[in-house]
Amino acid sequence: MLGENGAGKTTLMNVLAGVYLPDEGTVSLDGVEHQFNKPADAIAAGVGMVHQEFRLIPTFSVAENVVLGSAPTLVAKRAIEDEVAALAERFGLATEPGRQIWQLSMGERQRVEILKALWRDAKVLILDEPTAVLTPNEAAELGRITSAMADDGRSIIFISHKLDEVKEFCDEATVLRGGKTVAGSLSVADLDAGAMAELMVGQATDVSQRRSRTSEIGNQVCSVTDMMVHDLHQRAVVNGVSLTVAEGEIVGIAGVAGNGQRPLADAIAGLVKLTSGTVTLAGTDLSTSQPSARNAAGLAYVPEDRIGVGLAPKMNVTENAMMRAYRKLSSGSLIDRDKARANGERLVSEFNVKVGQMDSPIAALSGGNLQRLLVGRELDNEPKVLIAAQPTRGLDVQGVAAIQRILLAQAADGLGILLISEDLEELFALSDRLLVMHEGKVVAEVDPDTATRSEVGRAMAGA
Amino acid sequence: MSRAELVGLLISVISFGTLLYLAALGELIAEKSGVLNLGVEGTMAMGGVTGFLIGVQSGSAWFALLIAALVGAVFASIHGIVSVVMGADQVVSGLALTILGLGLSAFLGKDYVSSAPGAKFNAINLGPLSDLGVVGETLFSMNGVSWLAIALGIATWFMLSRTRMGLSLRAVGESAATADAAGTPVVLTRMIAVAIGGAMAGMSGGYLTLVLAPGWNEGTTAGRGWIAVALVIFGAWKPGRVLFGALLFGGLIALEPRLQTLGLDVSPILMSMVPYLLTIAVLIVLSIRSRNRPSVAPAAIGLAFRREER
Repeated sequence: MLGENGAGKTTLMNVLAGVYLPDEGTVSLDGVEHQFNKPADAIAAGVGMVHQEFRLIPTFSVAENVVLGSAPTLVAKRAIEDEVAALAERFGLATEPGRQIWQLSMGERQRVEILKALWRDAKVLILDEPTAVLTPNEAAELGRITSAMADDGRSIIFISHKLDEVKEFCDEATVLRGGKTVAGSLSVADLDAGAMAELMVGQATDVSQRRSRTSEIGNQVCSVTDMMVHDLHQRAVVNGVSLTVAEGEIVGIAGVAGNGQRPLADAIAGLVKLTSGTVTLAGTDLSTSQPSARNAAGLAYVPEDRIGVGLAPKMNVTENAMMRAYRKLSSGSLIDRDKARANGERLVSEFNVKVGQMDSPIAALSGGNLQRLLVGRELDNEPKVLIAAQPTRGLDVQGVAAIQRILLAQAADGLGILLISEDLEELFALSDRLLVMHEGKVVAEVDPDTATRSEVGRAMAGA
Repeated sequence: MSRAELVGLLISVISFGTLLYLAALGELIAEKSGVLNLGVEGTMAMGGVTGFLIGVQSGSAWFALLIAALVGAVFASIHGIVSVVMGADQVVSGLALTILGLGLSAFLGKDYVSSAPGAKFNAINLGPLSDLGVVGETLFSMNGVSWLAIALGIATWFMLSRTRMGLSLRAVGESAATADAAGTPVVLTRMIAVAIGGAMAGMSGGYLTLVLAPGWNEGTTAGRGWIAVALVIFGAWKPGRVLFGALLFGGLIALEPRLQTLGLDVSPILMSMVPYLLTIAVLIVLSIRSRNRPSVAPAAIGLAFRREER
């Protein structure tokens, strides 16, 4: 199952696994029509799914996690461990049934999820982007396991956006784009990577939407040099990234989710620590500065999680609007309520945020209004550089257009923008330069005026 | 200390240990399922008053203890309905239960404050074993409730670590969503755990008013329910370690009135603080230990479960 982010792969598979109910259409297994109202129904019919976020209990042993929900009345530790070990051996899965989950690598945890499905005798096993969390060696190991299961007469649905993996692991491929099947049951052996990439991202059709430059690009204002960031598991999630943003320039970053875009943005904004490398803004080294110091130096950040990181859902409009500027809106340690309210009202009217009451929680606002409030707040301090992470994700058409207009207007006024998006159309339309990230590295830099989508798509897929 | 005094002290240690262990074991079961129940003190008071009343009325100690346990289960189920079924804050609901229990028990028992106890337990005769010196004499004096508490401790350990029910209960307390996806009924499991926990707290209260200090007075639980809550942490959610803690804390309580005769110049008020200081010390050790491994506390404790709406 091949397709870009948002193509509908996971949603479709969740229907098959009983997580979602289809509005129309049917699910059949071996020619028998099924209706799955809940995951347990699908499991009972022989469909198992390994989700991207593992559903394992960290303090339970491998065996306990495998048998949970379908254990014998008396759970003899040794007996279930032996049974799980025997099952694992049958399919060539290396595992230690007595160890607790928290002690295991991501690859080992994934094998536990696969074992859970096999324990329930799944005839159809769905793996949702299984290699995203694996090292190359573990991915190769997974390939051997899926072959063993296929040889045992089981079907495997392998969700991926990586062409080389599909070539390596799969017999047939179905390509989804925009929630539709664009090609079904293709024989992988007859396809080359280029053809698959083209099916995945589609043809470039909307070059006319490309914005025309209205202002000159100025001097370089922000630079990131050799940035390394490690996650909790000591994996290099940002692996030696260097980039620059100039005044009035929009630098786009394309990439499949989870290839380092988020830690890159967080590290520039100061929310996660750099292992090595530097972040410089207007000549000042901010590599070890606190987020507030970076903001004061002219860095604004619209994070990917607009609720939670960007805005506090249970606080009201006025309070959310003042989060960057509370020092200016206070006299001594007391907040000047009139000033704070005026500040909120000004942002609301300037950025056309439709709110009910200034003092009601923002959780009730629509996504578009939330985003305009957040973007407005971040732009209020006349920043030099804005990091906009997925700024239009989940918004409706007008919402998207409003945010894009704001970004373009600000760039025309000299703001440097680092635009991180999974929407290729948006990146092609807005960016002056387009970088592609894959596995924590910038693997390509293209000129959106001349580059093709399949070229970018291939770089995104690591081909 | 004379031999008689030593036996007296040991019996007192076991008595207070029994009191604390019953309540703490119940709290352990509830917390293992992810429900923090701060209503133990109030549930003990309810068990205490009903146990005593039924004892006076019926003359049967075991029957009175059974009713105390039932009342505890029903009373704790209020907390279960409010926090598990309705998803309200467990801390607030539990505290409310304690306040309600203390008040309601005082009201129910106001006419019985000076009543003579109606029933008592006899020590279980161990035959030749009772000749084994101080230990034998102590064990010889243990009544059935202490033996029951030990049996319940072993049963709890076995249930939690060796049965499907225990596996489900622990899973619900670690990650309700994971357990739910595996087909475990989260709400039902937690309700049962809370009710069993309440039954044990009620039994503990009944033991207090029927055996340990026969009679009824408002506030007779005197914070023992809170020690039971602390004990669960002290024992790192393990039935065996909680038993050790119950005997240790019970020993501290038993020592309080004997300090003077033992010639120890320690204020009983300071002594009564020791269990809490020890619990804080254990908390610190546990948090240091869990820097690079998961905490021993059930991960979902205090978290209400609602299935994600699709």
